[in-house]
Amino acid sequence: MLPTKRAASSVSQKSLTLKLSRYMSLAAQSLSSLRRQLTTGEISPRDIIEDAVSQISARDGDIGAFISSEPETALAEADKADLSLPLGGLPIAIKDNINVEGSPCSCGSKFLSGAYTSPYDATVIKNLRAAGAIPFGRTNLDEFAMGSSTENSGIQLTQNPAAPGHTPGGSSGGSAAAVAGNFIPAALGSDTGGSIRQPASHCGVVGLKPSYGRVSRYGLVAFGSSLDQIGPLTHTVEDTALLLNAIAGVDPRDSTSLDAEIPDYTEGLDQGVAGMKLGLPKEYFTHGIDPQVRARVESAAKALEAQGAELVEISLPHTEYAIATYYIIAPAEASSNLSRFDGVRYGNRTENPKDMLSLYTDSREAGFGSEVKRRIILGTYVLSSGYHDAYYLRALKVRTLIKQDFVQAFEKVDAILTPVAPDSAPKMGAASGDPLKNYLADIFTISANLAGNCGISVPLEPVDGLPVGLQILGPHLGEQTILRCARAVEFL
Amino acid sequence: MADSSIDVRYVANLARINLSEEEVERFGSQLTGVMEHIEKLSEVDIEGIEPMSHANTTSNKVRPDEPVESLAAQGFLQNAPDQASGQLRVPKVVDA
Repeated sequence: MLPTKRAASSVSQKSLTLKLSRYMSLAAQSLSSLRRQLTTGEISPRDIIEDAVSQISARDGDIGAFISSEPETALAEADKADLSLPLGGLPIAIKDNINVEGSPCSCGSKFLSGAYTSPYDATVIKNLRAAGAIPFGRTNLDEFAMGSSTENSGIQLTQNPAAPGHTPGGSSGGSAAAVAGNFIPAALGSDTGGSIRQPASHCGVVGLKPSYGRVSRYGLVAFGSSLDQIGPLTHTVEDTALLLNAIAGVDPRDSTSLDAEIPDYTEGLDQGVAGMKLGLPKEYFTHGIDPQVRARVESAAKALEAQGAELVEISLPHTEYAIATYYIIAPAEASSNLSRFDGVRYGNRTENPKDMLSLYTDSREAGFGSEVKRRIILGTYVLSSGYHDAYYLRALKVRTLIKQDFVQAFEKVDAILTPVAPDSAPKMGAASGDPLKNYLADIFTISANLAGNCGISVPLEPVDGLPVGLQILGPHLGEQTILRCARAVEFL
Repeated sequence: MADSSIDVRYVANLARINLSEEEVERFGSQLTGVMEHIEKLSEVDIEGIEPMSHANTTSNKVRPDEPVESLAAQGFLQNAPDQASGQLRVPKVVDA
């Protein structure tokens, strides 16, 4: 990563990156920097994969970002790479809940670990391949993406590369640690309630949750289908834009994907924030935020104001109901989605079941970890007869109000600035045993999933050595605006 | 929405998950805390508000009725815990 106090203009940033690139391992560099070196022939795609392989084998034993990787497949693809394509020859790590044909996909769960090989490519993987990229390495996650520290993985723990002994955040903690730990130039994650943005913030990388429908969910193992989106985790905002260019688009296999124009997201990144109206929601700057995290966010806002943005206080009055709404809707959808893990068609089946019912109940008992069981119980309960209207239907109505808050806010402002999480990365084990405490820490990220908006986390100056991100929320399909704003923050 | 306790064993049966005694107790007390928080929603005036099940308001997308390639049966069966004659195999369900 670059030093926290960075050069003021993009020109000097580029020359700095070029100078540093001579000393940085290839796997540690940005996609755009690698792309330049590939184009001039200084390096080959094989060089990058070989470096990633050696970095992982030398150092990932201490970090635990990767669950599996298949160097031979990736090297073979590297030798065939078409460098004329936008991501030609560039390796991208993939969260282990996205299907890559011929590769194991564990979802961080004992249910699938060692028992499932993807028979097809997710649409995002097809799109990455079409852009020339090479999927390489499967990253750790909270089981079925349920959690915010990656400690709910049924496979392994992941350390925060920026602060060993601390969690990387989650659920895309492996993807964030893979990039922050300089094992791979970029990664894909998934975000249902903050699972890209929060680990990006905790590890000091850029992470984008696209607007609902911007990216196809086909081949992402479903958690909350009305909330899930796949998105990039990268070293730079430009790299996030490059990856979004490749993965965005409508897909006949995902009826919720949108047939909306895909702009070139790398264009206009450097236009700055002059004239932009940036909202600061008063409900997000109250109690419960670490004062230093709050100070970082406020000083970033001031710096953008100094560059010509107008800061506007706004209100998102239903914020206090977002956690309750989310923890009805997400578990309800999860309980339905995870009913497919029944031990019949795939995954680990209990040995010698005495009948059909015990095949289901025992396979699910052995395969799922505590957090997944807890959420299935909660989701099943709020959907069960007698409680459906009181909880689930009520939550869907409050969701409408939360969305209306954002619609009204975006009539006044172009983007919204908030913290990503109330604190920097917690120590490993700090919140285990208290699920409600973990859920409450999702307060700043979950509303974007409920409303379907886009959001990005971009690194600010660390607090006591721990990375902290700024969240920039945009309206539905407002990715260009928040990328431009994030780019300005990157150069503060 | 007054009583915040969940009959965990009953719900686990609905969800077709076996739980140990220890899990029933632990989840029961943890989820009571979560449900107490969720009760906050009863404060909200939802009179006349439409439910939102989805962020995009598209509905009933149709495509041309043309056959397209899909995964071969072997692709589905390669992960089956037990199979025979190109079919998934499970314990006997119906008594003869």
